[in-house]
Amino acid sequence: MKADPIGVATGNHFIDGDHACGEGAIAAGCRFLAGYPITPSTEVAERIAERFPKVGGMFIQMEDEIASMAAIIGAAWGGPKVMTVTSGPGFSLMMENIGLAVMLETPCVVVNVQRGGPSTGLPPLTAQADMMQARWGSHGDYEIIALCPNSPQECFDLTITAFNLAETWRVPVMFMMDECVGHMTEKVVIPEADQIEIVPRNFYKGKKEDYRPFNFSGSGEIAPMIKAGEGYNIHITGLTHDERGYPALDAEAQDKNVRHLVDKILKNEEKIRLLEEDQIDDAEVIVISYGITSRVSQKAVQDARAAGIKVGTIRLIVVWPFPEKLIRKLASKVKAFIVPEINLGQISLEVERYAAGKAITIHVPHAGGWVHDPNDILKAIKKGVK
Amino acid sequence: MNKITAPATSTLKVPESPEPLEHPMKDYLRTERFPHIWCSTCGIGTVLTAFIAGLQKSGLDRDKVAVVSGIGCSGRAAGYLRLDSFHSTHGRAIPFATGLALGNPELKVAIISGDGDIAAIGGNHFIHAARRNMNLTVICINNFNYAMTGGQAGPTTPQEANASTAPYGAYEYPFNLPYLAESCGAVYVARWTSLHVRRATKAIAEALVKPGFSFIEVIAPCPTLYARRNRLGTGLDLMRFYHDTAKIQHGANTKDIDIEYQKEIIVGKFVDKDKTDFFTNRNSFLQNKLGDKYIPYKGTK
Ligand SMILES: Cc1ncc(C[n+]2csc(CCOP(=O)(O)OP(=O)(O)O)c2C)c(N)n1
Ligand code: SF4
Ligand SMILES: [Mg+2]
Repeated sequence: MKADPIGVATGNHFIDGDHACGEGAIAAGCRFLAGYPITPSTEVAERIAERFPKVGGMFIQMEDEIASMAAIIGAAWGGPKVMTVTSGPGFSLMMENIGLAVMLETPCVVVNVQRGGPSTGLPPLTAQADMMQARWGSHGDYEIIALCPNSPQECFDLTITAFNLAETWRVPVMFMMDECVGHMTEKVVIPEADQIEIVPRNFYKGKKEDYRPFNFSGSGEIAPMIKAGEGYNIHITGLTHDERGYPALDAEAQDKNVRHLVDKILKNEEKIRLLEEDQIDDAEVIVISYGITSRVSQKAVQDARAAGIKVGTIRLIVVWPFPEKLIRKLASKVKAFIVPEINLGQISLEVERYAAGKAITIHVPHAGGWVHDPNDILKAIKKGVK
Repeated sequence: MNKITAPATSTLKVPESPEPLEHPMKDYLRTERFPHIWCSTCGIGTVLTAFIAGLQKSGLDRDKVAVVSGIGCSGRAAGYLRLDSFHSTHGRAIPFATGLALGNPELKVAIISGDGDIAAIGGNHFIHAARRNMNLTVICINNFNYAMTGGQAGPTTPQEANASTAPYGAYEYPFNLPYLAESCGAVYVARWTSLHVRRATKAIAEALVKPGFSFIEVIAPCPTLYARRNRLGTGLDLMRFYHDTAKIQHGANTKDIDIEYQKEIIVGKFVDKDKTDFFTNRNSFLQNKLGDKYIPYKGTK
């Protein structure tokens, strides 16, 4: 389906990643946003607060991030596409209800413009240290989808992708920006509405009495949704449930319910996968990065190539689910993976796990507050080819 | 306190029924989920009955009414209602319901949940929903303790009452919920007990059709925990207690209706006033400011 032109600000813009994310959400058809202000994400909510009344959207500033997350889940069951926006401390507060969204298989987008942590940490300065929290910050076993844009243009484009993935897989999608990308101002081209492909909510169309809000058959199908108020009289619970949505509190039901939540993402990793590969065919080492760090890595990679090193790159756009098959395959071809990221070891550990000793993994850590010095990445590349 | 005892020989003739009796409210209940989890003589079922009767009385289209609960014994209410019903997380029924009500503005959303859920962990959401005059009806089943987790003290436990985490008696000052609701902006505030089924039903019917934030506290027995721990007898004994000590005082100043341990309980309708609800107010406000540029949110098709 094409985007609704009402929400698409077609044209060339010079805006930062936060504003571009807001525009992406509107273009994607998001019409409900609940949020609570927090640096460095607030501009997304501000953009939406200004734009929504002119595009038929509903923005509400809630009393905290717990409420924001709960509100978007409730709203989604009322029909609209929904989003919330936050940064570290707020992301932590959202965790319990992110689990609820997972359990209720409620499509929603959660934007986290990452800043340095733990705790209040570095409010205005960058980090990529919530990547593990994005995956498993809520309790229990589950899988989500997480995306990392590396430019304001991508904050626009990939926010649309995030909504499309959320609707396709009925899952919360974590849109993991970082402060640099959020506050960086660049040219953002917003195309005509008929150039933007969006996935609408898959509403059920069959007989009312046959409706099942969940499908745990293992067929790989995702049950369609309904919206409250249409006479389906559904029951939806965060308790372990059956396909009718009714509580089912035993080990067998738990197995069906939880396996479904995990399998629908992990078994479809290749369908969900989004990444950029460059010069990996003859590469001896591969730099794996995401978000702002992928742009810093470019300089190191250029310098390495100029020095005659066979270095390739993989930029993860979808970070979760992790492209484990790809890493397993490449591990037997290359000497080393170089993983720079603005944390002290998160995605690098995933790479190391799937490289499984066949290639070495060199982590290039950074505690946050600023981006890497490209020379540190270059040094790691040189170490990797030895 | 008086105990109700059954007469030694009952003169009541129970008619033989060839068919199992049908629940008179079965159209509104997910009877396929019965037996429910509640203990015998628990007050929660009575509140559910009052809710269904109130909904019928309200004249609202049941398909346009949704119920949200939090977590707790009371929080299981949503799960037995054959309406669009949502069982959310502990304390978060109100923000979930806020989203639902705004997401589909055709809906009337009611919250049925416990005192711990609404006034402790969910207290912040409660005061803000009331402040915003969100179009919600909150029914708080106050059994003076956290029942589901085993009878701990909570923000409504009266001083002196015993609870599993207040083994020497509770000493904190409890909330007076109608006072809290009124001071935060609720347009309809009432308190009843599970003995006052007819009046609670009427209050629920009134609240459901009242635009804005309405609040009804229903005092209900938890015979298994609160009553047992405090040696107050069965649910029936507590109903007798409500009968003997509840005093109807419509329009009472909510400041003056604190609940003290096993003392008089003031019940009645305390607040019923008009104030534009959040959704209507937002629409007219933005229409005013933005004129032709304003496109109101109307939900999805
Ligand atoms: C975040 C969180 N904390 C604690 C609990 C455990 N818990 C479940 S129900 C409950 C208290 C319920 O009390 P109340 O709302 O008064 O309901 P009642 O059982 O008394 O009807 C608690 C603390 C939980 N489910 N979630
Ligand atoms: S524990 Fe108390 S509140 Fe819970 S069902 Fe039993 S009697 Fe009712
Ligand atoms: Mg309670």
